[in-house]
Amino acid sequence: MTLSRRAALGLLAAAPVALPARMARAETFAGRYAYDPQPIGPGIWLVRGADEAIVFGNGGAIANAVVMACPQGGAVLFDCGPSLRYAQGLAAVAEKLCHGPVRRVFLSHLHPDHALGTAAFDPAIVAALPATRTELERDGNGFADAMYRILADWMRGTAVALPGATVVPGPIEIAGRRLQAMALKGHSDGDLVLVDEASGTILAGDLVFYDRAPATPDANLAAWRESLATLAALPHHQLVPGHGPLDPSGTAAIAQTRDWLDWLEQALNQAVAQGLDMTEAGSLPIPDRFATVKLARYELQRSVAHFYAGIEAQRLPRIDAGSGNGNG
Amino acid sequence: MKRPALLVPIMALLASTTPVAAAPTPGLVADPLASPMWDNHAAWLLGKAPVRFDPAVIVTMPDVTENQHVFPVTVDARALGKVQRIVVLMDLNPLPVAIDYQPQGALPYVSLRIKLDQRTPVRALVLTADGVWHVGGRWIDAAGGGCSAPPVSRVKGDWAQHLGEMRGKLWHEAADTRLRVSVRHPMDTGYVDNIAAYNIETMQVRGADGAALGTMTINGSVSEDPAFTLLLPPTQAGPVSIHMADSNGRTFDGRLAP
Repeated sequence: MTLSRRAALGLLAAAPVALPARMARAETFAGRYAYDPQPIGPGIWLVRGADEAIVFGNGGAIANAVVMACPQGGAVLFDCGPSLRYAQGLAAVAEKLCHGPVRRVFLSHLHPDHALGTAAFDPAIVAALPATRTELERDGNGFADAMYRILADWMRGTAVALPGATVVPGPIEIAGRRLQAMALKGHSDGDLVLVDEASGTILAGDLVFYDRAPATPDANLAAWRESLATLAALPHHQLVPGHGPLDPSGTAAIAQTRDWLDWLEQALNQAVAQGLDMTEAGSLPIPDRFATVKLARYELQRSVAHFYAGIEAQRLPRIDAGSGNGNG
Repeated sequence: MKRPALLVPIMALLASTTPVAAAPTPGLVADPLASPMWDNHAAWLLGKAPVRFDPAVIVTMPDVTENQHVFPVTVDARALGKVQRIVVLMDLNPLPVAIDYQPQGALPYVSLRIKLDQRTPVRALVLTADGVWHVGGRWIDAAGGGCSAPPVSRVKGDWAQHLGEMRGKLWHEAADTRLRVSVRHPMDTGYVDNIAAYNIETMQVRGADGAALGTMTINGSVSEDPAFTLLLPPTQAGPVSIHMADSNGRTFDGRLAP
């Protein structure tokens, strides 16, 4: 018996029987994103993401977003979440807080938990680094497929919308809100950092994670460390990481991210040197000092998948006859 | 009260969508993973041999499928003593068997990387000398496409320049000699447009005296650039020779120094 899903649901809706819970649950989706903008300075609010992996339960809303009010009215957004629906809700929150329309949306980098919400805006007001645009052209549709698979109806109507404006590093002023833009890299090929002058806040994107383990699918660890050094040297009061709470000290989150990356690289290199397999490397003990870091095991296993074969290809010796080692 | 006629198709629909543990086929044991393909695979792979779902077969896999083209699996059956075969099976893969390994002189332990084409049980089937198959594993969630997307080296176009490059090493540990070997090979499944199946088919591992330590049959559901960990008895100090053959008749040889 073949029935389309819609036809089956029609039949069930008409049926005078109590449905098994499993069938009923399949149609109870009425997901709503919740926004709790926290004021973190004059005319600047942090909208926290859940410190979790992307799962259906959180609708993919795991990345932080920042709302800034323009002195001449209107709002600036830094990142806009995983979906059309999330970004529409975020825009409504921002317009209420800032008494005017969203004038500009900055994308920190390509990853879908930060970037797929651009579908909600006129591409002309969405700005990103050129590298981010290139990476979105390469990976955007694949990300969207994966997000639809996990998030289903949360993603309804979301399509990859490429940014229409390019960020040039240096000072930027939007209706009186003064920002400094920096083009860095390491977490991805294009990591945009903004410094908000009025509040002295670094908007670090995913170059900085705080009490949430760093994700490395497009990472270059050497470049990432350089970028962290650049951020640490900036004069600033506080820092908003891409994931995790506000760092009021401005330095602790940078140091923790750096500590994790250093440990990760050393641990994976040592695992290869000891002949461990990927499953064993993913089960390595995580140092106690990362006890407060959420998703540590999850991100370690992801990082093993990202880096392990590459490290092995560098560090294990050739053993075939073609390698000229005289062993063949 | 008479039930509405409408209920009949609904009951049929519910029956077809509610997972029900299949009635065990005579001679087969009910599958704790309730896989829709278990009875079928068990019939052609194991015949009428006795099957035991056994926690002594330890199958270690990550919690997250970060890359469905390269998913690591470790099978440790050392608790069973001497074993004759280790088969790694993904019930719902188009190429369901990844490897069939006979650890003749090696310990019953193997790590490998596999492709996943969808959410599927991943299991190890371990045959002991008494003719019993011991089975362990669990469901793994994965996005589609692990078997039907081209390998990275096909996309880059450099697979032929590196074909057969072998890397590896021996580590002398307290309870065993650990062997790690990898080989560059596209491991084409045949499920990608205009790319015929092309994969490593066999691997033989021999000790310094030429005696077979392990023999493995390998299928296209093993990841591109296959990499294996085997454990040898600690008395195997090396050298160890590796011989592989692929489905085009090419052979690849390597030698692991002591």
